[in-house]
Amino acid sequence: MTIAAIGGREVHVDAEGFLTEPAEWDEGLAQVLAGNVGIELTDAHLGAIRFARADHAANGETPTLRRMATVGGVSTKEMFALFPKKPAKKMAYVAGLPKPVGCV
Amino acid sequence: MTLTLESAPVPAFDDDVETTRKLCIICSKGSLDMAYPGLVLANAALGEGIETHLFFTFWGFDIINKETMAHLKFTPVGNPATHMPPALMGLPGMTAFATHMMKKQIEGIDVPDVPEFLEMITDAGGHLWACRMSADMMHLTEDDLYDRVEAIISAADFIELSEGAQIIFV
Repeated sequence: MTIAAIGGREVHVDAEGFLTEPAEWDEGLAQVLAGNVGIELTDAHLGAIRFARADHAANGETPTLRRMATVGGVSTKEMFALFPKKPAKKMAYVAGLPKPVGCV
Repeated sequence: MTLTLESAPVPAFDDDVETTRKLCIICSKGSLDMAYPGLVLANAALGEGIETHLFFTFWGFDIINKETMAHLKFTPVGNPATHMPPALMGLPGMTAFATHMMKKQIEGIDVPDVPEFLEMITDAGGHLWACRMSADMMHLTEDDLYDRVEAIISAADFIELSEGAQIIFV
């Protein structure tokens, strides 16, 4: 278990830097995490993140891109625009969730 | 044991690395079970930010042929991995039954059907190409193929296109 300081507070992270305690996250922290990976958060980002967090809370898994599109209503194209190149992982990082484990 | 760090690690998304990794997947089979490996890998590569091309050839044409793409079949005939008595596998209706079962399993784990999968792959920036020789053999034109297939290209075009790429043959 690693505790690290992000945005002036201490949170639990894994070896790569993903938060391991979703409850330690808030939207203020998301701003800092997004900045770490070169993303400036907009309402569209936050919309996607809020769905992902709610879905994770309900199902215990970070939604995959397909689930973001079919259940969350954020299309694959939009996800690539919001979180370039590696949308699922980047979104998980900014949302304070573990990396998605599903194949599709 | 708890380790306390001054500053948190940031995942390496390798954005600043000018990646030259490129993947070309050759899809040469048109049965339901042989369509998915290429589609799943293409989708995964795109999600990792890798330039990805799918080249459909021979029976793989069924995956992008508008007439057949939504109706690919799985047959247990000659497939020992089904663990069923081989003599039963050729009975009438067995292919339809096995196809139905496999589609249900795929849907059950929230994986899209073939047309939706191709839509997802192209939304993610993937490129679809069709083989010239197969098109000529089967008397098909671009009008017969899924709208998002970029072009019918020759073997030489594919070799040019795949320069520097990693190639997977399915």
